[in-house]
Order: sequence, then C-alpha cells, then structure tokens
Amino acid sequence: MGRVVVEFMPKPEILDPQGQAVLGALPRLGFTGFTSVRQGKRFELEVDGEVTDQVLASAREAATTLLSNPVIEDVVAVVAGEGAR
Amino acid sequence: MRVGVVTFPGSLDDRDAARAVRLAGGEAFALWHADADLHGVDAVVLPGGFSYGDYLRCGAIARFAPVMGPLVDAARGGLPVLGICNGFQLLCEAHLLPGALIRNDHRRFVCRDQPLAIERTDTPWTRGYAPGERIVVPLKNGEGGYVADERTLDELEGEGRVVARYLDDNPNGSYRAIAGVSNAAGNVVGLMPHPEHASEPGFGPDVRSGTDGLDGLRFFTSILDGLVRV
Amino acid sequence: MRIDTVQRATSSADTEQPWAELGLKPDEYQRIREILGRRPTSSELAMYSVMWSEHCSYKSSKVHLRQFGEKTTEAMREKLMVGIGENAGVVDIGDGWAVTFKVESHNHPSYVEPYQGAATGVGGIVRDIMSMGARPIAVMDPLRFGAIDHPDTHRVLPGIVAGVGGYGNCLGLPNIGGEVVFDPCYQGNPLVNALCVGSMRHEDIHLANAKGAGNLVILFGAKTGGDGIGGVSVLASETFDTAGPSKRPAVQVGDPFAEKVLIECCLDLFAARVVEGIQDLGGAGLSCATSELASNGDGGMHVWLDRVPLRDSTLSPEEILMSESQERMMAIVTPAHLDEFVAITAKWDVEATVVGEVTTTGRLVVEWHGETVVDVPPRTVAHDGPVYERPMTRPAGLDALQADAPTAGRLARPSTGEQLGATLLQLLGSANLSSRAWVTDQYDRYVMGNTALAMPDDAGVVRVDEESGLGVAISTDCNSRFVALDPCAGAQLALAEAYRNVATTGATPLAVTDCLNFGSPQDPEVMWQFAQAVTGIADGCQQLAIPVTGGNVSLYNQTGATAIHPTPVVGVLGVLHDVTRRTPSGWREPGEAIYLLGVTREELGGSSWADVVHGHLGGLPPVVDLDAERVLAQVLVAASRDGLVSAAHDLSDGGLAIALTEACLRYGVGARVALHELCERDGVDPFAALFSESVARAVVAVPDAAQARFADECAARGLPHLRIGEVTDEPALDVQALFTLPLPQLRKVHEATLPAAFG
Repeated sequence: MGRVVVEFMPKPEILDPQGQAVLGALPRLGFTGFTSVRQGKRFELEVDGEVTDQVLASAREAATTLLSNPVIEDVVAVVAGEGAR
Repeated sequence: MRVGVVTFPGSLDDRDAARAVRLAGGEAFALWHADADLHGVDAVVLPGGFSYGDYLRCGAIARFAPVMGPLVDAARGGLPVLGICNGFQLLCEAHLLPGALIRNDHRRFVCRDQPLAIERTDTPWTRGYAPGERIVVPLKNGEGGYVADERTLDELEGEGRVVARYLDDNPNGSYRAIAGVSNAAGNVVGLMPHPEHASEPGFGPDVRSGTDGLDGLRFFTSILDGLVRV
Repeated sequence: MRIDTVQRATSSADTEQPWAELGLKPDEYQRIREILGRRPTSSELAMYSVMWSEHCSYKSSKVHLRQFGEKTTEAMREKLMVGIGENAGVVDIGDGWAVTFKVESHNHPSYVEPYQGAATGVGGIVRDIMSMGARPIAVMDPLRFGAIDHPDTHRVLPGIVAGVGGYGNCLGLPNIGGEVVFDPCYQGNPLVNALCVGSMRHEDIHLANAKGAGNLVILFGAKTGGDGIGGVSVLASETFDTAGPSKRPAVQVGDPFAEKVLIECCLDLFAARVVEGIQDLGGAGLSCATSELASNGDGGMHVWLDRVPLRDSTLSPEEILMSESQERMMAIVTPAHLDEFVAITAKWDVEATVVGEVTTTGRLVVEWHGETVVDVPPRTVAHDGPVYERPMTRPAGLDALQADAPTAGRLARPSTGEQLGATLLQLLGSANLSSRAWVTDQYDRYVMGNTALAMPDDAGVVRVDEESGLGVAISTDCNSRFVALDPCAGAQLALAEAYRNVATTGATPLAVTDCLNFGSPQDPEVMWQFAQAVTGIADGCQQLAIPVTGGNVSLYNQTGATAIHPTPVVGVLGVLHDVTRRTPSGWREPGEAIYLLGVTREELGGSSWADVVHGHLGGLPPVVDLDAERVLAQVLVAASRDGLVSAAHDLSDGGLAIALTEACLRYGVGARVALHELCERDGVDPFAALFSESVARAVVAVPDAAQARFADECAARGLPHLRIGEVTDEPALDVQALFTLPLPQLRKVHEATLPAAFG
C-alpha cells in the first residue's frame, strides 16, 4: 500500500487565529523564544500499490481542487509518504 | 455557601452559570483564570464557551491557566467541580476525567433541546434527581462527541460513573450516548449539555419538550443542599 | 521602497497615478487635486479612492436616503437618542436603558469565501454596536441564496451558515432569528446580511468623534495585516466579471476569540470612563476610522503610521491605511487616562498602541518615519465625497409583469378539499416555507440566558434588564418577489411584515433599520427601483410613526447584466416591559378559541402559492394598509399585556393555511377550524381564504375566560375579528369540510426539505 502526504499552510498574508492563540500560550508555559506559530493541515491519502507519478499528479490536482481552499490556503507539499504505520 | 464560576478569556456561559447558582439560592463568586487561589469557594463551575478560541483543542490552553493548579489539587481533594460543555472538555484535558470530546460526527454545531437520562445520582451535583430520570436541557456544541477506549468505557459503566446519557437519538456521535461522566469519587462531574440554560422560567427549553423548562436547576440546588448539609 | 511624500507630490505634479485602477472617475480624481491644490500622494489617493467608493460614500444612494431623515417627524424623534449617521442609531426603551441596532451586508465577500465572508460580516456589525458604547446582546442573519438545487447554492450555503454560527457562537451572542430565502435571482450573488442589537445605560452612549486637542488616538485589538486590502470597498463596488482578470484581494479572516475578548475589554473601558470617543475599524480600515473621527470631532488629527503594530512587516503605508484586518478598534483617550486604559487592555491581553493625537489644525496628517504622507482636510475624505443623481427609468417590462396577474383563468387553482390539502403539503415542504431548523440549529440561541423567543417564532425576544424583565423584540423581513412587482409597495410590505411580527410577540414597535440590497446603480431601472423602495420605506415609517435609525446600502448585486430582485431587508425593533409576558407563535391549550384578525381579500400576486405550484411571478402584490397594521399591532400588544391571548402568529407567506400549520407544529398541538363564515364575510372562496397573502392579519389563541374582553378590545378599535375554530387535543389540523392532516405527517413534510438538500 502506498501513501501520499499532502500538507497545507494558511497563505502567509492570511490571519491564522489558531497559530496566534498557541503563540500566546507558549510563553505562559515557559516556552520562550518562539516568535511565530502557524497551524497547517496534513492529509494522508492511501492507494493500493505504488505511489506513481500519475498518483502524485492526481493527488496534486485533488489537493488544489478539493482538499484545500485556494483562497486562503497554500499546498506546501504533495509527496509520497512512508507505508502504513 | 459560595460557588465559584471561573471566567477564562473566551468563556461564554459564565454569567449564565452564575445566574443559575443565584436562582438556586446560592452565592456565585466570580473566579478569574489568572487567580492564584480559589478564594475559599465551596464548589466550582467551569462554564461553557470557547476558552482561548478553542483553537488548539477545546480546553487545551485553558487547562494551563493559573487558576487550574489549585483547582486540580482541590478537586483531587474532594472539592465539588462541575464542568459544563467547554468545562467538560477542560476537565478531560486536565485529566480529572477520562476520555475526550471530539468534533460532532455530523460535523456541524448543534443547538437543541436534548432529552437525557440522569444515571448517577449520588454525586453532589445530581443528588436532586431520581435514578434514570428523564430531563430536557439545551445542548449546544460543535465538539461534543465523547470518546474513550473500550476499556475505559467499560470501566465507567461498571463503576456507575456515567452521570448522564442522551435519550432518543445521539446528537453528536458520543460513544455509548454518554452525555456526562464523573470521577470515581463523584465530586467532579463533566456534562456536555447545559443545565444552567434550563434554570429560569421563560428562558429555557419550552413546553414542546414536555417539561417546564427548569430541568437543569437541580444541578445547582443539589450542590447547595449538599453544602448546607455539610 | 520609495515613499510618496507630500513633498514629492508637490514637486512632481505630473506623475501618472493609478486612479482609474482604484475605481476613481476622471472628475473625481480632478476634484481631489483641486481639494489638495496638488496631486495626491499615493497614500492620499488610497484613502480617497476607498472612502469615495460606493460602499463607503453612498454616492449613488445619498440623494435618496435623505428622505429617511427628512420624513422623521419631531414626534418620531422622541425616543431617538442617536440618529442616522453614527455607527448605529440608539433608541430609548425606558428605565434609563437604551438599545442600538443595525443591519449590514457582507454579500460579495461571502460569495468569494463563504465561511470567512459570513463570519467577518457578523464580526463587523458587532463592532459597530460596540462602538456605540453598548454590550452586544443578540444577532440575527437574513440570508438569501439561489435555487435550493443549484450547484452554487450548495457551494455557498453550508459555508455561510457555518460562518455565521462559527463566529456568533464563539462570540457568545445568541442568534435569535433572521431569514433563509431561496430564489434563482440570487444565484451567483447570495445575500448575507447581519444584524446586531446591543444595550446600554443612557449615560454609556459613546460616539465616533475625536475631540480635545492633545488627546491620544489609540489603536487596539488585533495587529494589522494584508487582509482585504481594497476588500469590502473595492469588492462591493465592482461586479464579478468572470472574463476579466481576478481582482481578488487577500480574504479577511475572522478571529471570534479576539473579538470576544475585545468586547469584554471595551465594556471594561467604558465602565472605567476612560474613553472619550470610539470607532470600529471595518471597511476602509484606518482610512475610515481616522478621517471619520477627525471629521466628527475638532477636525484635526496627527497620526504616526509607523507605530501601527503589523502582522506583516512588508506592508506599505498605503496598504496599512487600506487594510481591513478585523477585530480592531480606535479610541480617543485623554493623556490622564492613558495608564488606566493600558492597564485594562493588558488585563485582557489586548494590544494597545498610541498612534496619534487630536489637533485643531483642521488637517488629518499622517506621518511615516518622519515624513508626511497624508495631509488632507478630513471632512473631504469622510463626508464630502461625490454625490450622484443617477438617471432612473421605470423598468420596461414592469407593465407586462404587473398585467400578468395570477387569475383563475391564468393559473389552475385547487378547489376540492383533497386538492387544497395537497396544496398545503406542497407549500409546507417547499424550499421557502419548510422548517429552517437545519440552519438555525447551528446557531446558539441560549447563550447569555436572556432569550425569551427565537426562531421559529415571529420575532426574536431578548431581555435587557434582568431586574424588571424589560426587553426588545426584533424581526427582519423582505419578500423580494413583492418588491420586484412593485418596489414601493413591496418595500412597505417588508416594513409591514417586520412591524407585524414584532407586535405579534406583544412588543410595541419602536424603530427601524434597513439593508438595501440592489443591483447596479448605473442601470437606470435598478436606480428607479431603489428610489421607489426608499420612498416606500420612508413614507411607511412616517405613517407608522417609527423612525429609521440607520442601515446599509449594498449595490452591484448582480451577475452579468441580471440584477437580483430588489431586496430591501427591513428590521423592526420593539419594546416589551416584561419579556416573560411575550406571546409565542404556537398554541398549547386545547379548548382555546382561535380567532382570525383582519380582512382576507383574494390577493395572490407574488404569493407563495403562485411561486411554488406554478413557478409564476406576476400581477400586483397585496395592497398595503399601514393603518390596518397599526390597529392590529395595538390589539396584539394590548392583548399580550392584559393576558387575553396565549398565542399569536402573523399571516404572511403561504397565508392562513401555513400560519395555522406553523401554530400547530410549534408545540405539536392541533386545531379545528371552519372557513365558511370567513368566506361569507369577506367574499372569498376556501382557496383564497387559505392561500391569499392579504396583509394586516394574524391568528390568535384566546383562553375561554378572556374571549369576551378580547372581542370587545377588537371591536373598540374596529379590528375585524372572527372566531374560526379552536385548539384541540387531536394531533391534527382539521379544516372542516375540506381536509384533515395529522400533525406527524405535517411535521415530516415540513422538516424533511433542508436536511434532504444539504445533509
């Protein structure tokens, strides 16, 4: 079984309230020194058989049409992942 | 007889919980998330809302608020604590209660008048109910699906720690239709539905639900009666 | 990065500037040059272009909107504490309490990004209410979508509903009503209107003005990012042109948690009396806030723009001035109060920065790292924008549309009992008359613990004063099919319905807000519709003696050359001395008498029946009768106060048939009615009795003991009233001699439609 990992991040210019809330909480717990937190999303798509170029291309298309919202998110990675854990 | 109600940034039902305490005849004391101690309150309600926006996980950031240190210690020592909705999520995050609350199975926020069975009635919060009593209180959440592993669920059932269970149909995909649980001692109770919103005539679930809309008030009279007795 | 300073602008008069790309017309650009006596700097150009856009300047609508003020009489002003022109109007509801309310549009952003568009729509109107000094206490959202089975509806509806809920729920504001309407005219141009109401003590009213030279200008709340640069303003002023290049700006993302904290922080600031003037940052961001505050105050302000905390350090001064980042406010504070102000914002973890000070120079001066990038008279930016008298023409097709009346010869009508029952079921399960619960169950209606009525009742009712029970009722309405048939009458029908809905709960109507959603002002036919609708509302308010306190205009709602039906959404607010005495929309006590109030005529133009059964729109809408509405309202309010009615429900879409069904389904309690007396008295057949949409009507349930007094009350005021049946303990709606439908069947039909369409 093959796996494709798709990752998204909010576009740099888009406000990320989730990341901001976490950034605010870190120093309260003593984790200082972090200057920015942004929270993205990761999808794992599984296929029977190998992850071929064709599978990756198809995953790339799915990433921009269905999985992400291109208005506010960027696809940052569409890669063959490790086998099922 | 003072019942503390904690306000975190993003708490929403804190005033409502305080009002329910007053309607039950008690004194509500406002606790602030940054408080270093519990100001000697006799019980605590962790109210509903979206503490810190619930952005990381519900209750995940509030769990580290300064007030939570003394609260966790006191709860372990027997202080009655009721977590409602976000408060329930917070109690799970703080490991005072087992399990977790995840996104509703239908993936939508749901607000409705929800029938429940009160199953555990020997807690300080539920002693005013009859075992198995059917009540109707508002339910409003986006992440109210109660989950835990099978062993934990069996343990909860076996030890009679399921405080409330959804009746009719399961509104959010909670395992075994669990709406509320307690710790082993029973002093810490977490509940997804909102009893404080069924505590004042004219402002709760209406007659369509077959009740007078006051089914939730006994959570608050129970605790006050208990405190008076003690 | 080279900064365009005032100095450079003076020395390089002939530099080409992108005024056209920013939406300015040649004469508008010329006027800016005349005002300044030089070319504007790029920052000034940004400010003028955004503030002179249709969205901010109301340049096409202003000449018509004046009627709202002009037709407000002294008597109508009696309860009006703050009128049109401020962030929101304020009305006195007694006992030292005031409420402020307003409805606004966020149509175009919601089309582009449904979730965030709707969410930030809620956030924006809530900040408007906060900036009056009030605590927001409830929201409601009038929404309009394309056909229920159209793909675009399925693209936008789930996100818009989730956005309204996601933001409002997280903010802790009960959502107590609103509308969900489907019509093909909104395909590709959904309407997302958002209403908020807030309450305050009289002495807590705050205004948006910058007075007192030397006072500090404080920006507080979220950091400034590239959100919606040119967003609302440019978006709301340009039609979507699928062929042209994308002008899509960075979408504004809402942070309801930040706004919740901002609300509590503002209320603490107000309570501490450390705020002299306050303005929210919404459309046009800092450009709007600084110029309006200065223009409304002593006339001058000096701003150090480089002090604005940024989320994105690469932003240019122009972009910072135009950014529409959410969850920001601007306050005017005396230097003596600064420490206290900062202590309160620190308690809430809200960032506050002194970015300027009030001056008496009459100029708004903006400095960027020591250089002047803006130096303008603020009034010319904020208030003295262009005003257009656009050409108007009565739509060419209107005569033919009005002539196409739904007569018995034109459209087949049901006549037998079986046919009438089947027609009721068809209407009940239709997109627009079916249960809205799938949508409204995604909104928290309980939070704050003051909600006395919410959907599906006629109006939302919330308590303001916990001691006395004093509270308000609000309803928004608009049947745009009626407005399409006759914009003046249609707008008055919207007003009449909202007024009636509020009175139905027992509240005395007090004030009006409106959100005027129309097509392109450059289309003379649209402009005619707009003028007609405004006149209709202004005249209607005068007749009902309730003032318009504020609102919003949204133009360019069209796809290609096709405009939406003109949709002037009207919100009416009423007051109840004790909200626990409010009248619900359903009956509960078997044996109580059911009365029909008002007169039924055969009025089916634009009706739900013509739409659902025949897909027909033509003829004239029901005749407006505002005097009859006033009398009906007086009776409903008095009957509620005196305990003469236990339920009341207004008749509107779908007529008596739908009103009776809804009143039965509310609490699952049946009714038996007979129509022959009604038919005889009003000269109509059973079909018209059931489905006509004549105005100024309601059904009420009257306890036995109150019947005589209730009838006397109606007779004394000359309100036609007829006992048509009674509440029963049979779970059915029995229309005698015609049909009997079991409530479980009615409920199933009523509740199946939206879940089937949207899962």
